[in-house]
Amino acid sequence: MSASKTERLLNLLIMLLVQRHYVSKERIREILYPDSPSTDAFEKTFERDKEELRSLGVPIEVGQIDPYFDDEPGYRIRADEFALPDISLESDEAQVVALATRVWDHARLADATADAVGKLAAAGLDLDLGALEIAQPRLSADEPSFDVFWEATLARRPVTFDYRRPGYDEPLTRHLEPWGVVRFSGRWYVVGQDTDRGEERVFRLSRVVGAGAMSGPPGSFVVPPGTDVRGVARRLAPAKPAEEAVVLVRPGAAAVLRRTATRTQPDVDGPDEETPWDRLHLSGAHADELLAFGPDLYVESPLALREELVERLRAGARATS
Amino acid sequence: MSLTSAGAAKDQVGRLLRLVPYLHARDQVSLDEAARALGVPPLQLEKDLRVLFLCGLPGGYPDDLIDVDLDALEGEGVIRVSNAEYLARPLRLTPTEASAIIVALQALRAGSPRETRDVVDRALAKLSAAAAGSTPLVDPGDDEPTLLERRAQLEDAVRRRRQVQITYYVPARDQESERVVDAHAVVSHHGVAYLDAYCHSAHAPRLFRLDRIHEATVLEAEIATSPRKPRDLTDGVFGGEEATLVTLRLQPQARWMEEYYSVEEVRPLAEGGSEVDLLVGDERWLQRLLLRLTPYAEVVSPAQYGQGAAAAIRRALALYDHPPG
Repeated sequence: MSASKTERLLNLLIMLLVQRHYVSKERIREILYPDSPSTDAFEKTFERDKEELRSLGVPIEVGQIDPYFDDEPGYRIRADEFALPDISLESDEAQVVALATRVWDHARLADATADAVGKLAAAGLDLDLGALEIAQPRLSADEPSFDVFWEATLARRPVTFDYRRPGYDEPLTRHLEPWGVVRFSGRWYVVGQDTDRGEERVFRLSRVVGAGAMSGPPGSFVVPPGTDVRGVARRLAPAKPAEEAVVLVRPGAAAVLRRTATRTQPDVDGPDEETPWDRLHLSGAHADELLAFGPDLYVESPLALREELVERLRAGARATS
Repeated sequence: MSLTSAGAAKDQVGRLLRLVPYLHARDQVSLDEAARALGVPPLQLEKDLRVLFLCGLPGGYPDDLIDVDLDALEGEGVIRVSNAEYLARPLRLTPTEASAIIVALQALRAGSPRETRDVVDRALAKLSAAAAGSTPLVDPGDDEPTLLERRAQLEDAVRRRRQVQITYYVPARDQESERVVDAHAVVSHHGVAYLDAYCHSAHAPRLFRLDRIHEATVLEAEIATSPRKPRDLTDGVFGGEEATLVTLRLQPQARWMEEYYSVEEVRPLAEGGSEVDLLVGDERWLQRLLLRLTPYAEVVSPAQYGQGAAAAIRRALALYDHPPG
C-alpha cells in the first residue's frame, strides 16, 4: 500500500476541514501536490483523490472563493456536515445496536453495519454484546438485483431491468424509479414509479433477470411525500377475512387449524357418523385453505363461506366426472 | 498505481477517521483493546498509526502534525494521540451505513418481546435522528416472532450438538408426527428456513421447514450422527428425492400456485390459463393441492394422479347433501 497516498488523502481532508473559507486549487497544489509534473497530472490526481474521499462519505463542497468573480472554484469541508452528530445511547440501547451487526446475512450490508457500529464506537460508545434476550432475525438477500435496487433507492436513481412475469417466457425490459425496497414473507420487492406505464408498481426481485442497471444520475426523481413502503408490504399480504368461521373436523385432522382455533369443542354431532367430529372456531378462514382438507372438514358458518365452498366442490365434481 | 492499492489507501483513511476519535475520547488505550473495539487486527492498527503521525495541518511545521506517542506504543504498548482535535468526531454515517443499521434494527424490533421492543425503538429514534436526511426507504418486514425463537432454539441445539424432539406437521398427510432428530444446521432457501437434520424415525437425513415444526424440545442426549457439510440448496430442496413430473392445467384463478410452489415449466394457454409441470414427491401432497385449487385445476398427466382428488371432492360434497340435524 502507498502510505504516501494515505497521507495525501488525509492531509487534503484536514486542510479542507480546518479552513474557514474555500481553498483554491492553486493553494492545494502548492501544499499537497508540489511534485506534480504538470497541471494535467495534478488535475487528474486531485480529481481522483476528491472522489475517493467523497466515496468514504466526506462532504467536499465546491464554491466560489470570490463571490464577484466566478472563474476560480474553491473547496472546503464543513465541520458540521463532516462529523457524526452527538449520539448518546443508554447501555441497553448500545447492546441492541451491537446486536444489529449480526442481522445481515449479506456481505456488503453486514460490512456497512459493522462500519456504522465502528463509527459509533469511535464516538465513545461502549458497544459490548450483552445478554439481551432477543431472538436474532437473519436478513438474507440472495437476489442478484438486490444491491442495484438498494443503491438506486438510496441515491434516487432510475433502474432498467428485465422482468419475467409469471407465466410468460420472454422477460420484458422495464424502467422504474425505485421508491423503496420491502421484504415480505422472506422475499424482497421493489416499489416505485413504472415510467413506461406512468403508475405505481411492485416487482418481485427474484423475478428480475440478472442484476439490472442504474440508468440515470443520482437525485433523478423525488419520492412522492408520504410514500409508505410498510403500507405496500401490507397490501401485498393476503388479508385474512375478519369474520369468525365455525368448522367441524374429524379427530386428528387439520392440525394446522387446531393450532390457531380460538375455541375447540370435541366430540360433537357432524354431517356423518363415520367418525366423531370436533368443532373449531376460527378467527377467519379462506375457502382455499379449508378445501385442502377435503372430506375431513365441514363448514358450518358463515353461510357465504359455506356456499362458496359447496359451489366450488360442485364445479369440481362436474369437471372430474 | 494499481486499483487495489488505491482502494487500500482509501480504506486506511476510513480506519484512521475512526481511530482518531476513538483515541481522542479516551486518555490512553492499549493497542490490543483499541484493535478489538474497532475490529482491526493489531498489526494493521500499528501500521495505521505510523502513517497518522505524518499527517496534520497544512503549515508544514512539526507542531502542525498529529502527535502519536510512538515511545509509549513501543514501550508499554499503549496508544496516545494528541494535536488532532479537528478529527475528534467520527465521520457521519453514509446513506448505506445508516440504512443498513436502521434496517437491521427494524428487523431486530420485529423479533423482540414487548419489553425489548421499547429499547430497540429508543435506539432507532436516536440513530434515525443522527442519520437525518438519509431515512431508508427499505423495510425488512415482520418475521413471525415465534419462528425467530424457534430458529434461535434450534441453532443453539446445533451449536451444542444436542438431539431435538420435534412435533412436525406433514401437510401431505395432514398429520403431526413426533420425532427425534440430530440437528445439523439451519439453512435458508428462497427465504424459507429449514432444519437440516438426521431423522431417527426415518433413519435418514431430512429437511424440516421451520414453520411446520410446531413444537421443539432440546434434549440432553448428544447427537448420534456426525454433522455433515451444510447442505447446498441452490438446486432446490428436493435435490435427490424421487419425484414424478406431473402436468396440470390451470384456470386463471389457480395460477397463483406457479408463484407459490416451485414449478418446472409454465406454458401459457389462451384465455389466461396455463399448463404447468411440477415435480411431485408425494401423491397425497398433490391431492391436497388439487383440492385447494378446486375447481380451477385438473391433471393432464399422469391421468391417474387426479383420481384421488376427484374421489375426495365427491366425498366432501356428499357431506353437504345430508346436513346434520
